[in-house]
Amino acid sequence: MTVVDERPAAPAEAPRRRPNRLLALLRNSWRQLTSMRTALVLLFLLAVAAIPGSVLPQRGVNPEDVRDYFVAHPDLAPLLDRIGAFEAFGSVWFSAIYVLLFTSLIGCIAPRLRDHARALRSKPPVAPKRLDRLPQHAVFAVPDGGVEAIAAALRRRRWRVVVRGDEVSAEKGYLKETGNLLFHSSLVVVLVGVALGSWYGWSGNRLLVTGADNSFCNTQQQYAETKFGPRVDSADLPPFCLQLDDFEARFLESNGQPRFFDAKVTVEEDGGTPRQESFSVNSPLRLDGANVYLLGHGYTPLIRYTDRFGVTQISDKPFLSTGDIGLTGEGLADFPDANVDPATGKRDPNLQVAFSGLYLPTAPQEAPFVRSEFPTERNPMLNLVAYRGNLGLDAGIPGSVYELDQRQVTAGKVKEVGAKLLKKGETWTLDDGTTVEFLDTVPYIVLSVRYDPGSTPLLFASGFLLVGLMGSLFVRRRRVFFRVAGADPAGGSPTDGSSLVEAGGLPRTDHPGFADEFASLVAAVGGTEARDQRDGAGRDDDRTAPREGAE
Amino acid sequence: MSALSDQLVTFAILAYLVAMISHAVEYALGNARARAVAAPARELVGAGVGAPGGTTDAQVPAAPTAAERTAARARLGGRIAVGATAVAALLHLAALVTRGLAADRMPWGNMYEFVLTVSFIGAAGWLAVLWKRPSLRRLGLFLTLVMVLLLATAELVLYTPIVPLVPALNSYWFVIHVSTIVFSSGIFLLGVVPAVAYLMRAGWEQGRRSFPYTLAKRMPDAAALERLTFVLHAFAFPVFTFAVIAGAIWAEAAWGRPWGWDPKETWAFISWVVYAGYLHARATPSVRRNVATWLAVLGFLTVLMNLFGVNIFFEGLHSYGGLD
Ligand code: HEM
Repeated sequence: MTVVDERPAAPAEAPRRRPNRLLALLRNSWRQLTSMRTALVLLFLLAVAAIPGSVLPQRGVNPEDVRDYFVAHPDLAPLLDRIGAFEAFGSVWFSAIYVLLFTSLIGCIAPRLRDHARALRSKPPVAPKRLDRLPQHAVFAVPDGGVEAIAAALRRRRWRVVVRGDEVSAEKGYLKETGNLLFHSSLVVVLVGVALGSWYGWSGNRLLVTGADNSFCNTQQQYAETKFGPRVDSADLPPFCLQLDDFEARFLESNGQPRFFDAKVTVEEDGGTPRQESFSVNSPLRLDGANVYLLGHGYTPLIRYTDRFGVTQISDKPFLSTGDIGLTGEGLADFPDANVDPATGKRDPNLQVAFSGLYLPTAPQEAPFVRSEFPTERNPMLNLVAYRGNLGLDAGIPGSVYELDQRQVTAGKVKEVGAKLLKKGETWTLDDGTTVEFLDTVPYIVLSVRYDPGSTPLLFASGFLLVGLMGSLFVRRRRVFFRVAGADPAGGSPTDGSSLVEAGGLPRTDHPGFADEFASLVAAVGGTEARDQRDGAGRDDDRTAPREGAE
Repeated sequence: MSALSDQLVTFAILAYLVAMISHAVEYALGNARARAVAAPARELVGAGVGAPGGTTDAQVPAAPTAAERTAARARLGGRIAVGATAVAALLHLAALVTRGLAADRMPWGNMYEFVLTVSFIGAAGWLAVLWKRPSLRRLGLFLTLVMVLLLATAELVLYTPIVPLVPALNSYWFVIHVSTIVFSSGIFLLGVVPAVAYLMRAGWEQGRRSFPYTLAKRMPDAAALERLTFVLHAFAFPVFTFAVIAGAIWAEAAWGRPWGWDPKETWAFISWVVYAGYLHARATPSVRRNVATWLAVLGFLTVLMNLFGVNIFFEGLHSYGGLD
């Protein structure tokens, strides 16, 4: 079916006089590694090794799930973690398989590249003696113009032709091997692209609230979390600043599913003049050296607190989405600098104030007010719980800026002093006479900023891979031979002793349509009386077999 | 329009069922050609020995023999089966079109629609195969069985009312990626039918007479089935490769990374590697054909895993199967 035979796994050559054991072992291992069988086994292993990565939660995909898994399986999880099961695709075992596979691949294609380069330059081989032994065979009268006319007809059909005396050899379908090699080489480039991306790529995530005060510039500190490749450091980040001017989202009336997003931003790249851009899900903002992706959005309540001294402060921290379709937000408005006596400048750490709360863009008509019913602001309500005391921000213990430090609550250092449901514009006076006012909301967006230098090579390699694959699968390699003979080689002479042409055809790869092609080729070079055409490969090809059931 | 689509699906299932039963009738009536040829010989022997009791009614040469009549009935069954398959495929297509019109988008938004489309591609591909190779008709028994099972599963288990797409899906890459995934999955689905039939038939040809092999008694030649398996997979594989690449391009635009080992991506990778393994195995002379064919079957299991399993068991960015 195919001519690409498996290269022998064991050396077939005569033993040398002083065999170097080590060399022989190495050579054998190399042969073994670069055999098709090994490639098959490795491919299979690769498929199997990918399964755990889909069954177990992965840090790269869903870090929270990994944390949950640790909680749910406290015994098993650390063990799994030791063997890298939560980063399966970067693990030693997964890497080992693909490194071996690609070594095998390179070891496999390098000699084939060389052979193919040679084959491309060499001429089709001399015709075999007995053309009637080939799968396709025909005899016909010599056409006008003889051998040269046959050769010309073949060349017109883009066969590679060589004329040797009264013999014509022709071959077609070199693109099969070219395609195959292009395909396999592209696989190597794909791997290189992936490697480039992981070494030189970086990414960072953050929230961005509407307004000039909240703009950010591209430095590592500005991100809530970053992932840097081993060859990247913070000085490599391209300088740009981004400000969210406006954000619009539309939803389906029926079920609140999002339908449309549009983030309008002002970008300032590397000291250039600021310009307006807009981007969305599916169409990221492409900057020089970084792309900005819109991953999510939510509301930022603007909360004004007026302390005992009449000093006001406004909190504009995003309330993080709890993940429901109604965009319920959860967050914290904290005022660590509240109640600082303007006269003395002294602050009482036990008079810090914070409000933790839920924001419901569309609150239900009646309690409980815990879950928004729709993502747009149809009945916006802010459910606040007030706390007073030492918020623990000075202790230097890192905590989430979006949550109250519960340790301070359990330690009794922070006390709850009331709760209230507020509409936009409403004010709530606390027990100590201070007031809190829910002014308004502005949107915020969740951004992922990324740079991946491997993506362009990946794109091109994928294109070549596909082209090569199609060449490899759909092109067929085949040879035909024509020989002008003095008389009918089969014995009886139907053309009264005048010269005959004998033709033979050899499909070099699985090719059920070759019989037809051969017949039409013979007809084209002048063999209208073609005969003795055996149907070698078309056994199961109904176009030549009797059509049972075709009545 | 949506209700019409649902009804059309039901009718398509019925039509596939009719096709399946007709195929089964053809199958049960036996290998028509072989019996028709064998019958006259038996008759001659009977005449030579002299029929016991001296009855002569078997001597009338013009009357069609029982075997010939059976053969004709079998052929009729086969033809009805093909006709019913064609009708079913048309109903199936109509169901998809009406569903698409009702939803005002391509009907590939959730698992129900996905299965509906993939199975239609399989059915349409089968009619194309029949057109070129009528001698493979008997394979239709297995194919219609698969259709009935898939569509019934879709209707009974996966059914989802029409909803518009979430914006992550609202991109022209969606159309390119999903249409090619659906198309290649449909051809892989079609390809697994001759693959399984080949495995049974090859066993039968090697003289195995136990249960699954006996089913293949009247299937087409093992060699023909194997070839069809290869042709279908060789056709579907580049389309699938393209679909995966298109998916990566889309993922880059939507999620900021071309490949993130999300469960759907992981299983697409696994399918791709397994099918690459199949093509390799088939091109390696030292690997036996039935080993290679098992790889094709395995490949389809991974496709199924991606179609159903990943939507049901795992949670990832691709979670829009429509099941809660
Ligand atoms: C990264 C791993 C590999 C993948 C994904 C892969 C994939 C493929 C695919 C899909 C084909 C089918 C195209 C065709 O039939 O021409 C193929 C063919 C082929 N591969 Fe690979 N391959 C890999 C590694 C290797 C290795 C390591 C070798 C050498 C031992 C190899 C040698 C071949 C050969 C000789 C063919 C041609 C078979 C034929 O004549 O049809 N491949 N490969």
